Amino acid sequence: MNNLVNLTIDGKTIQAESGKNLVDVAKQNGIYIPTLCYFRELNPLATCRICTVKVNGKDTTGCTVKVAEGMEIEVNSAELLDNRKAIIEMLYAEGNHFCPSCEKSGNCDMQNHAYDMGLTVTRYPHVFSDKIVDFTPKRMIMESNRCILCKRCVEEVKTNEGRDVFSFVQRGINTRVKIDYELEQQLSESEALRAMNLCPVGAILVKGMIQEQPFGERKYDLLGKDIKPVVKDNNLHKKDNEKFIVATTSLAGCFGCHMSLLDIDTDLLDILEIAEFNKSPLTDIKKFSKRCHIGLIEGGCSNSENVAVLKEFRKKCDILVGFGECAIMGGIPAMRNFVPLQECLEEAYLNGVTTEIGADVVPGHEDIPKLLNNVYPCNEVVKIDYYIPGCPPNAQHIWKVVKSILLGEEFSITHDEFKYD
Amino acid sequence: MVAVTKVDRSRLMDVIWDIQRKKRYIAHDDITKIAHEFNMSRMELEGVITFYHFYHRTHSGNFTIYLNDSIISQFAGRESVLKAFEEAIGVRLGNVTEDKMFGLFRTPCIGLSDQEPSCLINFRPFVDLTPEKVFDIISKLKAGKMPYEICDIPKSKIHYTPAKDRTVFFKPYKKFSSLSKLKDYEPEEVIDLVIKSKLTGRGGAFFPTGLKWQLCRRNKADVKYIICNADEGEPGTFKDRVLLQEHPELLIEGMIMAAYAVGASKGAIYLRAEYMYLKEPLEQLLAEYRKNGYLGKILNLKIPFDFEMYVHMGAGAYVCGEETALIHSMEGKRGEPGTREYFPVDKGYNGKPTVVNNVETLCAVPRILELGLDKYLTLGTDATPGTKLLSVSGDCTKRGMFEIEWGMKLRDFLDLIGAKNPEFILFNGFAGECLSSADFDREISGENLLAEHIKFDFKDPIEYARKMVGIGLRSGGSIMVFDKEKDLVEVLKNVADFFVAESCGICVPCRTGNFLLNKKINKIILGHAERQDLEDIKDWSKIIKTTSRCGLGKMSSTALNDAILKFPHVFEKRLSENTNFNQAFNLEDATADYDRIINEMTSDYE
Repeated sequence: MNNLVNLTIDGKTIQAESGKNLVDVAKQNGIYIPTLCYFRELNPLATCRICTVKVNGKDTTGCTVKVAEGMEIEVNSAELLDNRKAIIEMLYAEGNHFCPSCEKSGNCDMQNHAYDMGLTVTRYPHVFSDKIVDFTPKRMIMESNRCILCKRCVEEVKTNEGRDVFSFVQRGINTRVKIDYELEQQLSESEALRAMNLCPVGAILVKGMIQEQPFGERKYDLLGKDIKPVVKDNNLHKKDNEKFIVATTSLAGCFGCHMSLLDIDTDLLDILEIAEFNKSPLTDIKKFSKRCHIGLIEGGCSNSENVAVLKEFRKKCDILVGFGECAIMGGIPAMRNFVPLQECLEEAYLNGVTTEIGADVVPGHEDIPKLLNNVYPCNEVVKIDYYIPGCPPNAQHIWKVVKSILLGEEFSITHDEFKYD
Repeated sequence: MVAVTKVDRSRLMDVIWDIQRKKRYIAHDDITKIAHEFNMSRMELEGVITFYHFYHRTHSGNFTIYLNDSIISQFAGRESVLKAFEEAIGVRLGNVTEDKMFGLFRTPCIGLSDQEPSCLINFRPFVDLTPEKVFDIISKLKAGKMPYEICDIPKSKIHYTPAKDRTVFFKPYKKFSSLSKLKDYEPEEVIDLVIKSKLTGRGGAFFPTGLKWQLCRRNKADVKYIICNADEGEPGTFKDRVLLQEHPELLIEGMIMAAYAVGASKGAIYLRAEYMYLKEPLEQLLAEYRKNGYLGKILNLKIPFDFEMYVHMGAGAYVCGEETALIHSMEGKRGEPGTREYFPVDKGYNGKPTVVNNVETLCAVPRILELGLDKYLTLGTDATPGTKLLSVSGDCTKRGMFEIEWGMKLRDFLDLIGAKNPEFILFNGFAGECLSSADFDREISGENLLAEHIKFDFKDPIEYARKMVGIGLRSGGSIMVFDKEKDLVEVLKNVADFFVAESCGICVPCRTGNFLLNKKINKIILGHAERQDLEDIKDWSKIIKTTSRCGLGKMSSTALNDAILKFPHVFEKRLSENTNFNQAFNLEDATADYDRIINEMTSDYE
């Protein structure tokens, strides 16, 4: 241990061997610098960027820094913490990560970081990139949806002749890791397993060597258990002696969701303790008579009347909740989006099996709402605050959401309320 | 540990180029063959090929046309030229004709911004295009002419140089003259001269050249490299093209001097593929130097040494202008920037000490020797002596090359180039600042550096103007001027598209961050952005800036953020106030089909 140098990390003075890797030095001194692509000192990849720290005021990746005399290093400032979280969020937005169905869940570095940072939602819009799951290799599966392009496999997995088994192809947003089919077969069993274990996420899998169940006996994760999800501040104001006001409507839907609403049976009486209904098929009130706290929307928009009603709801309700798949993504009515509108009309009024013989008129009148060129989900027309999926959603589920939003409470949904088998 | 067989891959790109040139695409069998030859996996080779956009995996046409799609070209009438091409050859952009005769593709700036719209056909330049000219070119090609017979020779358009005794670059030069002067210098003395001249990196990074050479000289190695970065990819800049056309001898002599100074034995000029037409003249000139004893075994210097150099062709990747990416590219790899664990002067090309310098930097060295240090230091400003080459394009009367002394006020420069009503300026290309009239009193120089992150925190344009007035405008050489008629957001969209296409993809902030910023600009253009979107842009840019691996991500959002700061009204009027309604949905558009169908049907009844 010669060549000792002094440096400070977040104000703490530290002695370390000159030229040592900063991430390791920090770790030895009880300071954690999160890393994702870094796994050994010899070959820092510096692709994931989450170990970004400030060295003497300059941003750089911790994994490529060799400690030197007098370095002043910042690791856990508010800005750097947020940068790290932002990068993890960006990785989630970029890929298609479905932890509940991932073989590596519970054994995934990125998932761990996400829990650790209390990440429940990403600030970025989802990229919806077109990525493939490649089953072609004989022994492995390359699941590009989960790949974070850390480059570990590219740098580390080689054949005996030193050829790369995994490679980056394309560039920019289209960059993917691809697997060389021929060379993949040359890897030994243990080399293949090493590749899988090297992957910090669940992108490289070895067929037949994946655990059947995700790791651990936890609902989410031990670290994540105490982390509170972000609760939107709804700012719903009402006087103490007044009830919450609820409105509902069915646009281009089948009313099945409204039927489901009624399945709550006698619990409806509890609801009525805290809420009253305004415009709704349940009350048969046709026009809004006052401003509402919450509006429940079933169905998407198929015609101009749907659009008008939806906009009216947006204006009159503080919060809009889309419930059922049609409101969320168009649902069954949206199946007509694949057929030209003209054919739809002809099929319905002229040529269909159930049209009257000799029918030759497609009704068109200014009083008849105009059909839209496509069926639109509600969020393409107005802002929707919450969604309740299901076809139809379970009654308990719906009311639990509504009640919790109104009272500003956290809630969780049980398996029974959210299963459709 | 696996045994790694070392194969020299520096020839890889040339081999791929050969096939691309002859066959017009790289076929499956070619990949197998090359991969075997270079001991690579097929997939790794695929990765290299798909990294560079001038390599094609499907037939690119016997005449491959690359039409520049930079914003300067767009404002110069690219749209009608594109239509003419599509009509003349019969396929849309991005396609190849059925008989494989023509392929029409887009490419970012090809270094001819003063002569737009322009295109390359089999890498021969065609400038000042009009629809008529396009039809003429295509009919000639169809009649059997070859592109090299009918192409243009890009004009140099040097509009301004300082007084003759104060000019550095654009004045006559006698070949070998500075090399004969070099006889009196020890290598250390050359470095000393360059350090004293305060020459800094002219690509725009402003790293002290002398220091770079000194660091490289101090590193002991069996072989060292001098690489000239002629991958002039920054949109709007063409100074290196003009230098290579007018004074290639300056570059070669500058490289020999650099090699002499640092003790390098090998050199390369990394020439961007867009300048392929300059390769042959350069190689002829290199042969002349070899014949005269200035390449190979160089005996006629104070300390004789070996030095050989060649021209290495790029293949279309902006990011290769970054020096570590350029080195990777020369090594036959994907042009991804390095990890910054080492500087190239420590471990560069093939792991050996390497100096990478810009064309302009290297060309300045023989001139400094010629002028004498004392005279050179009287030019320009204190921190940045000498002159600067600026490539001017856009809305002004004199588009072309300007050589000015450092320290000229931007206002005076705008007068010089004949910019009547400049509204906004992209200074230093797409990766630079967006300037407004608030900046007109700043001088073009490397004086008084202000750390980048401080600038990001300005809240209003007035505060910005007050603070920035003392700070020099640093430029790699590209200046694009736009008048009131031009839409700032359209320009920014072009910039954003460019960075999405040119990001190498190795780090997520740049790869996806730029993609997401581009989406935000789309939202602004469509008119349904909200105030929060502007805030998002600012916050996200900061994250991209601080965490990206190389300069591409660090600079990609600078112009956008400058624009939001300096031209708030442009964005203001495009913001949508009512946030509860999705502005993208238009009821009239959504019912247009129905109206038409019902109209048609009901008219049938009558």
